[in-house]
Amino acid sequence: MAEFQLPANSRITGKGKAFPAPSGARRVKTFSIYRWSPDDGQNPRYDSYDIDLDDCGPMVLDALIKIKSELDPTLTFRRSCREGICGSCAMNIDGSNTLACTLAIDDVKGDVRITPLPHMHVVKDLVPDMTHFYAQYASIKPWLQTVTPEPALKERKQSPEDRSKLDGLYECILCACCSTSCPSYWWNSDRFLGPAILLQAYRWLADSRDEMTGERLDQLEDPFRLYRCHTIMNCANVCPKGLNPAKAIAEIKKMMVTRAV
Amino acid sequence: MADNRPLSPHLSIWKWRVHAITSIAHRITGNGLVFAGLTLFAWWLAATATSAEAYATFSAFAGSVFGWIIWIGLSWAAFQHLLSGVRHLAMDSGWGYQLGVSKLSATWVWIGSVLLTVAFWAVFHFAGPGVF
Repeated sequence: MAEFQLPANSRITGKGKAFPAPSGARRVKTFSIYRWSPDDGQNPRYDSYDIDLDDCGPMVLDALIKIKSELDPTLTFRRSCREGICGSCAMNIDGSNTLACTLAIDDVKGDVRITPLPHMHVVKDLVPDMTHFYAQYASIKPWLQTVTPEPALKERKQSPEDRSKLDGLYECILCACCSTSCPSYWWNSDRFLGPAILLQAYRWLADSRDEMTGERLDQLEDPFRLYRCHTIMNCANVCPKGLNPAKAIAEIKKMMVTRAV
Repeated sequence: MADNRPLSPHLSIWKWRVHAITSIAHRITGNGLVFAGLTLFAWWLAATATSAEAYATFSAFAGSVFGWIIWIGLSWAAFQHLLSGVRHLAMDSGWGYQLGVSKLSATWVWIGSVLLTVAFWAVFHFAGPGVF
């Protein structure tokens, strides 16, 4: 059953700290950032940091890095490529999941509120525990599975038409923005695979070289794993790569029907 | 240590948009129709079978301002649920997943349900209940 309220230890009741902008700053933006540390036994809190935008890079990640380097080295977040291809800096910014590195600060109206990806266990500050998400990814066996012997001295070939069926699927970077935007995943992530993993599952179902389509569909045919998708469409709306997991899930559902008749 | 890890905020911070509001409204109107609609239908049925006084009590409630709010609310919920059900049917057949289409269809569920409710009560008012 869905728990709509946060557990007592998760409510944001802690007293936050405020870091004012340097005097003389003219374009000031306030970043209100979710903080929680495993070491002090306190509830989560929001700390606020006033940033001079004239002395900061354009993206939300630039502001986070500036805060960590200049104001508060205890602020913890994941980041790596800073160009939208690694998926590390996925977080909830201004009420929507996205990558901090590809969202311009100017595109956020008013204060910038940043929290970790929603309905995830927090390791520290903006770092969620991704263990379960990765285990679900492993459960769909995300690799090419074949039974026929490998062709001698050459690769398994794929026509350009068949290859194009993977467009809109292979680009997924597994940042988990979509899965953690999905209310069905919030309430049922123990059994529902969620949009990211189902899009990945379809990526292998749609691959002309894969020879385990039937087994893959058997694995997904379950009231929870696949069918908790109620086409709410949050997933497609937040995907920072512009992909459409809801559509991929609909294609899996269609394959289920097609093979049954 | 893993046990004291907090759950990150979800409903309290999420920015809702029309496609998601339409989806949850489909469930709320569906449940509302079953519970409120069925309760009132049972009351009406029981009142007709009991006595003239019992029926008069029901009629007084049905004709009160509160009663009218409920009738109009129920009729709107029925149209909202119907249109959003059609939208779900279309999506279950693989149609309407592009972001623009999904937003537009969700918006039209709301506009359509209000228009149909107004039209329903206009016909009811001007032509009388006999037309239904």
